[in-house]
Amino acid sequence: MGRVLLVVAVLVLATGLGLWWRARNGRFTAVDPRVVADAEHTPTTGDETRLTAAEIGAPLGSRVTFVQMSSAVCTPCRRTHAVLTQVAAEHEGVSHVELDVEEHLDLVRRFHVMRTPTTLLVDAHGVVVGRLSGATDRRHALAALASCLDGSNPGGSCPDGVLPR
Amino acid sequence: MSEPVPSTVTPSAPASAPASAPASGPASAPAGIDPRGPRFGAALTAVLLVGVLLLGTSAAATALLAVVAAGFALGVAFGVGGTWQGVLFRKVVRPRLAPPTELEDPRPPRFAQLVGLVVTGVGLVLALVGVSAAVPVAAAFALVAAFLNAVFGLCLGCELYLLGVRLRARA
Repeated sequence: MGRVLLVVAVLVLATGLGLWWRARNGRFTAVDPRVVADAEHTPTTGDETRLTAAEIGAPLGSRVTFVQMSSAVCTPCRRTHAVLTQVAAEHEGVSHVELDVEEHLDLVRRFHVMRTPTTLLVDAHGVVVGRLSGATDRRHALAALASCLDGSNPGGSCPDGVLPR
Repeated sequence: MSEPVPSTVTPSAPASAPASAPASGPASAPAGIDPRGPRFGAALTAVLLVGVLLLGTSAAATALLAVVAAGFALGVAFGVGGTWQGVLFRKVVRPRLAPPTELEDPRPPRFAQLVGLVVTGVGLVLALVGVSAAVPVAAAFALVAAFLNAVFGLCLGCELYLLGVRLRARA
C-alpha cells in the first residue's frame, strides 16, 4: 500500500512539474522598464543590457530583433526557428537571428542563458528589452512583439526607443 | 570560441524576405527520426520504473532497474532506435500510425538516454554496495523524467545540455 502511494505521489509530482513547465515555456518576460530606460541613455556595450550587430554577426532590425540561442540537441529550437522566421517576415523592421550556443558561450554567460531555445528581444538600439525562454509558438512571439511595440511599456517601447528624450 | 559567424542568419529584408526558410540544422546533422518513437519508449520505460517502485528494495527491484539501465545503455550506444523500445516502436507501432509530420534530430533523445543511464546507473551501483534505498530513489527520479518526456514532451537535452556545456567550458 505504501509503495502504491509512493508511485501515486511521484506521478502527481511529475504532473505538477509538467504543467508548470508547460505554462511558463516560451512565455515573454520583459526586462524591468527602468533598466531598459537606463540602458537607452548609457551607450555602454559588453554588459547584459545590450547587444551589438557585431556581437550577433548580423544587422539589427530597424525595430526589433529576435536573437535566438539554440543547440544541436534541441528539437523545439527548430520549431521556434520556423515561428520566428515567419513572424519576422510578416513584420516590417523585425528580424530574426539564430546563434549556436556552443559558438557563443561568451553571450550565453553574459545573458545567463540556461536552456535552449532562449530568445532575447533586442530593440533598434541593441537594448535587450525581454526574453522568451523555452519553445516559442506564434502566440508567444506576437505577444512579445506587442508588448514591445505598443509603447505601453514606457522604458521598452521598441519602434524608436526612448532615445534621445 | 570567438567565431563571429552565426550558424544561421535570417534578417528579414522588407517585404522581399522568404516567408519561411526551412529550419536548417548544422551541416553534419544526421538523418531525422520519428519524434513519437522516443516518447513511446519513454512511456514503456515509465511503466517499468513504476514496477521497480512497487517492488520496493527487493532483489527483484534491483534486477528490473538493471533492465531499465541496460535499455538506456543501448540508447546511448546506438541511439533511441537501437533500444528494445525503439525496435518495438518500429516493428509494431509505427506501421499502424500515419507518417510523421516532422522528423526529429536523433541527438536530443540520445542525450536524454545518457541522463537516464547516469541516474539509474548511480542507483544500481549504490545498491550493489549495499545502499538498497538507492533503487527506489533512482527509480523515482528516472520515472519523473520519463513521465515528463512521454506525457509532456519535455526535452531533457534542451533543459540540461547547455548547463553541461557551460560546466565543461569552465573546467
